[in-house]
Amino acid sequence: MRALQAEGVKTIFGYPGGSIMPVYDALYDYTRGEKKCFDHILVRHEQGATHAAEGYARVSGEVGVTLVTSGPGVTNTLTGIADAMLDSTPIVVIAGQVPISALGTDAFQEVDLVGLAQPISKWSYQIRHAEDVAWAVSRAFYIARTGRPGPVVLDFPKNAQVEEIDWEPKKVDFIRSYVPYPKLDSEAVRQAAELINNAKRPLALVGQGVELGNAQEELKAFLEKADIPAGRTMLGLSALPSNHPLNVGMLGMHGNYAVNLKEQECDVLIAIGMRFSDRVTGNLKTYAKQAKIIHLDIDRSEIDKNVKTNVAVVADCKESLPALTALINPNTHQEWRESYKPLDDKERVKVIEPAIHPKEGPLLMGEIVNAVAEQAADDAVLVTDVGQNQLFATRYFKYHNKRSVCTSGGLGTMGYGMPAAIGATFGAPQRQVCCFMGDGGFQMNIQELGTIMEQKAPVKMILMNNHYLGNVRQWQDMFWMRRKSFTKMMNPCYEAIAQGYGIPYVAVVDRKDLAKAIEQMLTTDGPFIMECAIKEDDDVLPMTPPGMNVNDMKLEI
Amino acid sequence: MEDKNKLYTLLVYSENVAGILNQITAVFTRRQVNIESLNVSASSIPGVHKYTITAWSDEDQINKITRQIEKKIDVVKANYFTDDQLFIREAGLYKLSTDKVLANPEISRTVRRYDATITEVNPTYTIVMKSGKTDEIIELFRALDAFDCVLQYTRSGRIAVTRGMQEQVSAFLEEREKGKSEE
Repeated sequence: MRALQAEGVKTIFGYPGGSIMPVYDALYDYTRGEKKCFDHILVRHEQGATHAAEGYARVSGEVGVTLVTSGPGVTNTLTGIADAMLDSTPIVVIAGQVPISALGTDAFQEVDLVGLAQPISKWSYQIRHAEDVAWAVSRAFYIARTGRPGPVVLDFPKNAQVEEIDWEPKKVDFIRSYVPYPKLDSEAVRQAAELINNAKRPLALVGQGVELGNAQEELKAFLEKADIPAGRTMLGLSALPSNHPLNVGMLGMHGNYAVNLKEQECDVLIAIGMRFSDRVTGNLKTYAKQAKIIHLDIDRSEIDKNVKTNVAVVADCKESLPALTALINPNTHQEWRESYKPLDDKERVKVIEPAIHPKEGPLLMGEIVNAVAEQAADDAVLVTDVGQNQLFATRYFKYHNKRSVCTSGGLGTMGYGMPAAIGATFGAPQRQVCCFMGDGGFQMNIQELGTIMEQKAPVKMILMNNHYLGNVRQWQDMFWMRRKSFTKMMNPCYEAIAQGYGIPYVAVVDRKDLAKAIEQMLTTDGPFIMECAIKEDDDVLPMTPPGMNVNDMKLEI
Repeated sequence: MEDKNKLYTLLVYSENVAGILNQITAVFTRRQVNIESLNVSASSIPGVHKYTITAWSDEDQINKITRQIEKKIDVVKANYFTDDQLFIREAGLYKLSTDKVLANPEISRTVRRYDATITEVNPTYTIVMKSGKTDEIIELFRALDAFDCVLQYTRSGRIAVTRGMQEQVSAFLEEREKGKSEE
């Protein structure tokens, strides 16, 4: 407890069990009365605890903490750990374990956690004795939050939990084999600046690295000085406000049309804190072949992993961006920027307007997101589940503040939304949290409604119900001869479920009732469920079919 | 596909903590690359272990593997090399039937010709040892096997030191320690 206190932990998401009982017993005193220094949020399933910790970390910039028991308790967290690994989210998972004398005996609720977690965590370690606690906990937080952040797993055998020692605080802020912040190479910066100064058609790709490095202002200064248009990855959406004049939209398979095509026309591509995911690049063999590539990243292993670079600047972008800004010439690229406009207009007419302002027919997901964004507070946090709800929500929501997006980008974890939104309400208690989910993902961690009920967590849940696993259904229609194999889903009565949990609920079927329902949702204190009856075959567009070239993006099917 | 591949040697230095070998091999497993040979031992730097790993791969892939290994928290350094950048040795042990060795003088001549040494002799078996490059050790096995006298044969993993003039790992650690005191 003291070790967690020393790391500034305030909120713990957890679920007790046999092998973690000594810690929970200590926690009893630290969550009430004079000694109170933590809030413990009892979740309803351990996977929910990890996603909640992720949501908490994403909006607050602090390390999210999860406390669970051994065996099934911790195997349930593995999805969340893998999710945090792929999306560079700092969480620390502390799990009970059988006493070291019982390790390897197939004892009750024993699993080899360190072995299981190794490939999906930044560090996993077993605290075998009480005297290691202070060091291991401090090291865990240091590793989770520094450099490229990620999940750390501490396996805590019961004997080490009950051993009595004289408490000696330890602070880890140096590991000789671990270089979290590589030294900026000024020669690389000079080369990058030269490429940018000679560029006629520069394009910046902004990723979550900018948010993680807290370099949003440095990014603006850089882009504005040389007048460089910038696309954002899904996880980097709020690194640059939606209304910034240099923002040219979202990258990727379902991103914006112009920026996807322009990736194939630019002469210098500047990737900042992003990792050229296959969902961004499409076919790597044809991707941005005409361009000189500059890659700014804190993680050396990302350089040349997917896209070969001409200049790599390996450093924290909080440091590399200002260094680069200092060397680039003030510039304007008016003609280049204006060349986006006809493509943007085309997308607006063909895709956006029909999606957000449909005249007739059943409700569409785009119009729901757009209508919520119109009424939501400027500093609202967007949380999404995975699937069509995620693609529509990230496309049509508006971002004004940094750290405003929680979504499972890398792992694509259905069931992420609801628990992540719970975490976000604790990580940013002053901000509105809007969570868009489909009927599939809503049910994947539906038990967390219990946590929302108990905590009165003010999650504004927008359930977009089309009775389908919509994204897979869309792919079946597009690529699998319309054979809708097990994507149609029978749903429960969500109103009755909301009632069961005592959560206010409204259903929207008619377009004319939408604005009113959103107002009701946003002005009601505490949690709220707004269920919208969605057109069954609403498709997300535009789309670059998987493995195709980004300039083959389709505006219609 | 196989034709494009070359044999690369990775030299990995890590802290002496449990589970590192697992983490290193997992990087290979994830890409379904076979490890050809593996040697682990304490290095000349106190507390630092050295892994010598060989694998068939192309340069792009071995580069990615190396960087993913180096990214592990307790791995100090990881680099990959081709054979010309290294001084390489392996050892071969050959357990021969003493009866057959005595019966055919050509066997001892072969052992001497290959620069191998006889390290132990008893009435049942004779132990021959050879250090050298992989193909030399295999060649000696084939030569001895032709006499039908080999009871057991084993070959060690490769060990290697770099031909470069700089000791990069010690220099890296010195710099890290210096940086620490300045912080």
